[in-house]
Amino acid sequence: MKRRDFLRGAGRLGAAGLLLPGLRVQQDSARGPADPLMAPSWAGGARPEVRAMDNDETVRAIEYKLRCTCGCGLDVFTCRTTDFTCTYSPELHRELVQLLEAGNTPDQAIEAFVAKYGESILMAPKAKGFGAVGYLLPGSLVLVAGSILAWVLLRRDRPEPAPAPAAGPVERSDAARVTDQEMAQVERALRELES
Amino acid sequence: MTLLGQFCLWTAFLISIWTAVVSLSSRWKGRPDLGRALTRAPLALALVVWVASVALWKGLFGHDFNIEYVAAYTSSNLPDYYLFSAFWAGQKGSLLFWALVLSTFAAITQLVTSSRYRDLLPYVAGVTSAVLAFFLFVMLFGGANPFERLPFTPPDGRGLNPQLQNPGMVMHPPMLYLGYISITIPFAFAIAALLARKLDTGWIHAIRKWSLLSWLFLSIGITIGMWWAYVELGWGGYWAWDPVENASLLPWLTMTAFLHSVMIQEKRGMLKRWNLGLVIGSFLLSILGTFLTRSGVIASVHSFAQSSVGYLFLGFLLLAGIGGFTLLYTRWPNLEPEAELESLASREAAFLFNNLALVGVAFSVLWGTLFPILSEAVRGTKISVGPPFFNKVNVPLGLLLLALTGVGPLIAWRKTSLPNLRRQFLWPLSTGLLTAAVLVGLGMRDGYALMALGLSGFVVGTVVQEFYRGIRARGRLYQEGPLVGFVRLIGRNRRRYGGYLIHVAIVIYFVGFTGGAFKVTKEATLSVGESVEIESPYGGTYQLTHMGISQYEALNRLVTAASLEVTRNGKSLGRVFSEKRQHIDSFKNPTFQPSTEVGILGGLREDLYVVFAGTVDGTERASFAVTVNPLVWWVWFAGGLLVFGGLITLWPGGPAPVPVPVRTPSAAGQAEQAVPA
Repeated sequence: MKRRDFLRGAGRLGAAGLLLPGLRVQQDSARGPADPLMAPSWAGGARPEVRAMDNDETVRAIEYKLRCTCGCGLDVFTCRTTDFTCTYSPELHRELVQLLEAGNTPDQAIEAFVAKYGESILMAPKAKGFGAVGYLLPGSLVLVAGSILAWVLLRRDRPEPAPAPAAGPVERSDAARVTDQEMAQVERALRELES
Repeated sequence: MTLLGQFCLWTAFLISIWTAVVSLSSRWKGRPDLGRALTRAPLALALVVWVASVALWKGLFGHDFNIEYVAAYTSSNLPDYYLFSAFWAGQKGSLLFWALVLSTFAAITQLVTSSRYRDLLPYVAGVTSAVLAFFLFVMLFGGANPFERLPFTPPDGRGLNPQLQNPGMVMHPPMLYLGYISITIPFAFAIAALLARKLDTGWIHAIRKWSLLSWLFLSIGITIGMWWAYVELGWGGYWAWDPVENASLLPWLTMTAFLHSVMIQEKRGMLKRWNLGLVIGSFLLSILGTFLTRSGVIASVHSFAQSSVGYLFLGFLLLAGIGGFTLLYTRWPNLEPEAELESLASREAAFLFNNLALVGVAFSVLWGTLFPILSEAVRGTKISVGPPFFNKVNVPLGLLLLALTGVGPLIAWRKTSLPNLRRQFLWPLSTGLLTAAVLVGLGMRDGYALMALGLSGFVVGTVVQEFYRGIRARGRLYQEGPLVGFVRLIGRNRRRYGGYLIHVAIVIYFVGFTGGAFKVTKEATLSVGESVEIESPYGGTYQLTHMGISQYEALNRLVTAASLEVTRNGKSLGRVFSEKRQHIDSFKNPTFQPSTEVGILGGLREDLYVVFAGTVDGTERASFAVTVNPLVWWVWFAGGLLVFGGLITLWPGGPAPVPVPVRTPSAAGQAEQAVPA
């Protein structure tokens, strides 16, 4: 072993000792793949084998739309792949797989869940009736308020109409007076335009 | 120490009641001694609440398990830093923490506020004390006293929830609380200005730093909360539209709206009523979040245990709302705007639309959060409102907001002509369109993702153009190089250019969020030596090989750790570890159900996110959930940049905002010149 490798290894061991006081490696993979763990209960309950249907895109797409009934507020897929202590989401997953394997379409499977558990099984309300109000109201309010605001501002944007000519003789204000030199310039410009 | 703590809570309660009553009834007017006493009362309150808090910390660090709170949230073997954070881990402690921060902020306000606003300070003391009195009332009479003792002393405590034993949870709640609580200061100034009828821009200037600070704390708190959810909860995401998450977003949105609209009041004397409404609304939303977290009225994974405390918050919310808006209504005639919006093509209009979008998003989030209750009341059936609803409703509004982020800086105050608009929009729009075109060329077909990234390009184009022009102007005027010009440009106009950095951070957030649309997940059961492959959304394949499982004891837990060797397209990337942790007390008894620690191999492009689901039949054969999460790193980077931009904006000094002159015929021609924001 090179000196650098030895020092690196010693450094790592030291760091591990500092960071993890009381660390005692009890078992490692050298024992073989089929050997039981020293204390299986430390890792929670036993997990079932992953099957092909667990990775099926259709199953997942449906599970994202269904809420777990354990009260976590998560969808079935997220709950069963996150909180591995939940017993509800694996059960709902099995139920869904059975429905699909029995030949139901995704919509039929979802309807079967709604019929069994009520509408609260869905992660979002259906866009019908009062549910449609839920989806449409915020955007509609912003649209209406924005349209009104734009309309008001557009009206203000219009150029002000020229003042109507007064009936009687008008006394020119100082601002409106032009010098003879300016008048000569304007007349010269007009002549150039006409020629 | 509990006696001292109880005594301090009572003392603070009585002082705060006295301060609130004397201040808000205006009895101090004509009595300089009373006025002085009122402005000093918050200092006394802070001192007393600090003593109470130290008493609770002493109980936590001293393992005094006779205190119910200490027994419920700690154990003898809990590491010290989690003993410290256990202060706010439970309902009762978090209420004391709220009181601690509020009393500290209220005292700092009295100490640092300029004497120019001295007429407002006794009222400010009254409002902050009234809010503090409410929190102390909840602790003393609402069954939430953190110093309550048990009739017996258990040998050890129950320990802290494993999911709270994470550095993110040491930082996330305090940051969020700092954000929520600091909104009380702008609220107090708003109410003070209304009560004192001092409705010029004085109160706005007095709260400028506080509003930025509260926005910054909320931003930090929300981002750290997202990070915690990502690394700790193990579901591969960071935002789930949970009611409690939504509750933190609501005041952030309204405070963001306020930070923009307040500029219109400073420069043009407009939107006075709107700004007062936004500040009052933001404060109410911060209390609403507390109500939702503590009442159990809406199911949330983040909620504290359901208790009657929530209904006290509902009562306070109603009282503060009715009081605040009634006061605003009675001062309505005093809040006439000093100028009118002149054009649709003006920065004021862009800010107004930006406010509309922000408040629209806030309304839609609130609407979605409360929709289950409304639906049950209207239809009598329970429904759930989760991410599919929020994404459908909020994504279009979010895109509108992103577009307006780019539009605002390109338009001048008051009015912009068409040629000016063309000149200003040319490069940013081209950048946005080019970004979208390149992505289409690369094969992206997701409509929303394309729009988000195209608009991101537009906003970045806007910011780059602003910096480029500013640096070029400085180069001409002062013969500065680009780097020096860049630094000085920011230094001389921190609010404007710090704000632009925040805009870039928002864009990066959006880019990071867009990455979520492309995540890929695969589950597998592997024996030692077996591998699973997962495709990256960018192309290429990860291969993860199960290397084995180790079991050991560490700190206050029993660990079962799985290790996987990772390669990408055959190239080794090292090992990733994911754990199951069984937490134990000092007698080695399990305290909670086993929790999961995620293994993350992070990168700029994507994260490989590995969750050890558990073992099969108690052997080393184990199940895993593997997710490839694109662009997550950028979400955390955006958080850092946002804080950096916020600190620049917040840094003391710098020129005061320049009001836009009143429009006169001679000034009309100059209106197109953009005034530095």
